[in-house]
Amino acid sequence: MPAGVNKRLGMAVNLNRCVGCSACAIACKSENNVPPGRLRRWIHEKTAGRFPDLKMQIWSESCMHCEDAPCVHSCPTGASHVDAATGTVQVHPELCTGCKACMASCPYDARYVHPDGYIDKCTLCVHKLEHGEEAACQSICPTSAIAVGDLDDPTSEISRWLRDRNALVRKPEAGTKPKFFLVE
Amino acid sequence: MQQEIFVEEVSTRQNPHVDPGLHFWGWEVPVYLFFGGLVAGLLVLYAAAELTGNRRKLPFSSRWGPFLALPLLGLGLFALFLDLEYKSHVLRFYGTLKLRSPMSWGSWILILVAVAALAPAWQSLCTEGRRRGWAWLRRPAWRNLQRFLNHRRKSMAWLNLSLGVALGIYTGILLSSLAARPVWSSTILGPLFLISGLSTGLALCAWLTRSKLERHFLVRLDLILIAVELLFLSLWLFGLSSGGEAARQAAQLFLGGPYTAVFWTLVVGAGLLVPALLETMAILRRWPETRVGLALILVGGLMLRFVLVDAGQAMGIGG
Repeated sequence: MPAGVNKRLGMAVNLNRCVGCSACAIACKSENNVPPGRLRRWIHEKTAGRFPDLKMQIWSESCMHCEDAPCVHSCPTGASHVDAATGTVQVHPELCTGCKACMASCPYDARYVHPDGYIDKCTLCVHKLEHGEEAACQSICPTSAIAVGDLDDPTSEISRWLRDRNALVRKPEAGTKPKFFLVE
Repeated sequence: MQQEIFVEEVSTRQNPHVDPGLHFWGWEVPVYLFFGGLVAGLLVLYAAAELTGNRRKLPFSSRWGPFLALPLLGLGLFALFLDLEYKSHVLRFYGTLKLRSPMSWGSWILILVAVAALAPAWQSLCTEGRRRGWAWLRRPAWRNLQRFLNHRRKSMAWLNLSLGVALGIYTGILLSSLAARPVWSSTILGPLFLISGLSTGLALCAWLTRSKLERHFLVRLDLILIAVELLFLSLWLFGLSSGGEAARQAAQLFLGGPYTAVFWTLVVGAGLLVPALLETMAILRRWPETRVGLALILVGGLMLRFVLVDAGQAMGIGG
């Protein structure tokens, strides 16, 4: 955990429950005023196997809030930073120059250019979590496929999922220690 | 025969600059990297001439190199400025220094280069002014400044040499620090871009000088730099080819993939091999001396950066 970080908030998506309805993506847009033509969350589909033995997996995806976040390291102004209270990766729009170094360094292509000029991405709805509410994507999910919580709290739903189920991270070879998990 | 494993990934994400293909950096960044390398080459050449006592042998490079560097640096910075999405926040670069961000220390290097190049550029202007009899240069303040700078010629040359090398390497490190893009994820891009920048700087001076002696010297030196650049390019491609799966896929972009033609014809062929042939034949007095080879070196330097910046965005780790 980076020095000075109180919590280690993360997200998990249950692959057995996610149906790819996109409600999370729309709820996120609505909650965070995401501009038209941009998405902080999206649905990812992966089909693999040998015909006819194909397996399809669907999941909702966003910024991975990596512990060793390359976007934070590459940002020349400190606009991309790790929030000390939550351990999440956030962007200060007032410090961002729109140089796109963070977009270049993100292995997950989770960022986009906001029409105002700054680089934007998922905040994990920390403004809601601070008040004891659920993240927009989590609260709208009709199958309860999304868990958001403190990875260091053994009683949190996300910790129980990670303890009891097989958990994967996207592109582990990138070495960024993502705090976004896919659980089976 | 067993059927191959089928894998298809699709996403509902449709963000501009990201989907369907990544393209966050357009023409502005390669142009900026090209001018950065060119300026580095001009400053290193001026400083080398000054420190080795070859000012007379290299009259254009030693006198006009730093003078030329300033507007070229301005053009590069203007291209970088155009790339920024939040242009009114440009001064945020100078609110902090982040050592892990090459773009952060690079932006400070650019300012230091501009300041350091001012002194020798001013000296060039004074030398020219004295020759033309500009009266305002005789004012005491300007004479004192000139005397002050004359006593520090070596220190200024060392400073410009260091900053020139730092600037040249930085233009490559800026890309190579982005590990998410396998094409760029090679530390050899630092020395490669430095050598390429030196080569373009020498080519520009050789093109503009009126001294045949200087042109001949610079052309011979540039032939060595072209050979080193070819070596670094080979090492970079070899490194990718012998790396992990993502690196091997990156190498394939240039070895049969979509960037093969543009890389081998414009960067390696027209930008390095053809000018090397033209200059070698001119040195051997087989072919007449022209400036075509020098122009091709400059075009090749620009194309190297265009191709690498574009190809780097063509694939990320894990596809």
